[in-house]
Amino acid sequence: MAHLLEMENLTKDFGGIRAVDSLTCCVDEGSITGIIGPNGAGKTTVFNLITGVYRPTTGAILLEGASIVGDRPDVIVGKGVTRTFQNIRLFNRQTCLENVMTPLLQRTPCSLFSALLRTPHARRVDRTVRAKAMSLLVAMGIESYADAKASTLPYGLQRKLEIARALAAEPKLLLLDEPAAGMNPEETRSLADLIARVHADFNVSILLIEHHMDLVMNICSPVIVMNFGALLAVGRPDEVRADERVIGAYLGRKKRDGNKAAAPEGAEGEDRHAGARR
Amino acid sequence: MDYILSVVTLAAINMIAVLGLSIFTGFTGLFSFGHAAFVGVGAYASAILTYYYYVPFFIALVAGAFAAAAVSLIIGVPTLRAKLRSDYFAIAILGFGEAFRVILENLEITNGARGLPGIDSFTTLPIVLVALAFSVWITRNFLKSRYGVACIAIREDPVAAEMSGVGLFRTRLLSLVLSAFLCGLSGGLMAHFLSFIQPVMFTLVQSTQLLAAVIAGGMGSITGPLFASFLFIVLPEALRVANMWRLVAYGLMLVLIMIYRPQGIMGYQELPDLFRRKISRSGTK
Ligand SMILES: Nc1ncnc2c1ncn2[C@@H]1O[C@H](COP(=O)(O)OP(=O)(O)OP(=O)(O)O)[C@@H](O)[C@H]1O
Ligand SMILES: [Mg+2]
Repeated sequence: MAHLLEMENLTKDFGGIRAVDSLTCCVDEGSITGIIGPNGAGKTTVFNLITGVYRPTTGAILLEGASIVGDRPDVIVGKGVTRTFQNIRLFNRQTCLENVMTPLLQRTPCSLFSALLRTPHARRVDRTVRAKAMSLLVAMGIESYADAKASTLPYGLQRKLEIARALAAEPKLLLLDEPAAGMNPEETRSLADLIARVHADFNVSILLIEHHMDLVMNICSPVIVMNFGALLAVGRPDEVRADERVIGAYLGRKKRDGNKAAAPEGAEGEDRHAGARR
Repeated sequence: MDYILSVVTLAAINMIAVLGLSIFTGFTGLFSFGHAAFVGVGAYASAILTYYYYVPFFIALVAGAFAAAAVSLIIGVPTLRAKLRSDYFAIAILGFGEAFRVILENLEITNGARGLPGIDSFTTLPIVLVALAFSVWITRNFLKSRYGVACIAIREDPVAAEMSGVGLFRTRLLSLVLSAFLCGLSGGLMAHFLSFIQPVMFTLVQSTQLLAAVIAGGMGSITGPLFASFLFIVLPEALRVANMWRLVAYGLMLVLIMIYRPQGIMGYQELPDLFRRKISRSGTK
């Protein structure tokens, strides 16, 4: 499988904080790759680096072999990378349909002249984009909310709307930042199905950050584990789950089930970084 | 009768400028305390063309609008680059408004602070109404297009807008240029209606009045600011309040609107929406 996205020695410092620490990993074309790691591990920062929100301190990011470091976010979107946000960011006062139409319109050529005079071409663009946006809402199962303001949607549906909007930019690589945050187990399961379906139907590779382990373990492979900005482990879900360092650094800390004692390495690493942060 | 006619004409001219600012503030979410300067650029450019060079009125009017758009580029290009900050522009435009007045007061062709008298009064109510209708139509089309949708996306959330493929700089700049264009058009009409223009007619006071109309009328609305600007011009005239009380009446109106409708008269909706909602509501009952 070809590498769709490669990160090499990616590092990001915020003042004295090293949020991402020489991370080298990749996303294979056609995969659903997971990223897990404790709070503050630098997962969201990786997304911000890939999408051009932040510029890496050092390191390279290659999309299909070409560097995208220094590109503007909208240019990177144009090259086929879109995302959702950990804290949902919708166009709140716009309707769901308008939310999804926004990226579609940006991808559809229409001269300013034609737009201002609303020529037949502009009207045709509007019609086709509207239909496409509607079909995306249907794919997410939220078409009945098409004319509702985005802010009025229940939380879970807002997440789906955000995925629909991200898909509207016709990405090759879709970055999902904790799509199941705040969902109950049943909602999480149905979201997992939805993501798997999106992955197949839209022919898109997915990089997914999640804290819900069952979701990651069910649909992601490989799984990248981060801790204190650095790569801790990478592999198939069952491999990662069995990894001592992962248990120590992530699962142990999260569940507090006594695994800490079994993973002195992880605990050591934690102390070292905690010291470096101060 | 003549008096009413002239008040209505003036109100309609003002509405075009408010419409322009509404694109920039109400729909793109950027604030400006200097748009009266663009009205001034349009006024002076078109007036100089008809006054000194006998350029046909219509051409001078269009030239004035384009001049305002060009000037807005000069301010917008260096200041709108900042990614998530709009205060650079706000400060620059404030300074530009002052500088513009000083320039006008010291140029020979503008006749300094005394102003340009005796401009031909070509502007009539029908011309203004056609210009207003054209402006509303253009604005509406713009807002439905990819460009206007991009503006609204930036107002709602600049980060999410970028992630939808919206270029922040070029979209904000386009919004500014179009808004300055409409302000310039309004200025040209004003110069040829009043037959007299003066630097003090295009200062912070007028800029603030434009912004007040947009905010009182409602962000993200075309009809709201139009209505508010009409109200602001016509109501003090209709009440025939003495000149010194005019600003008080004006302030009182603003305060009342902000108390009873803090989102503005038509915040984030249009007049037709109200009727549609009423109909659908009565339909379901
Ligand atoms: N803009 C910023 N300025 C300063 N520090 C930042 C910034 N963004 C992130 N950080 C820091 O970088 C570290 C990594 O943050 P990040 O949001 O990437 O973690 P995360 O893995 O996504 O965590 P979570 O699971 O809580 O979402 C944290 O210590 C955070 O405080
Ligand atoms: Mg995060």
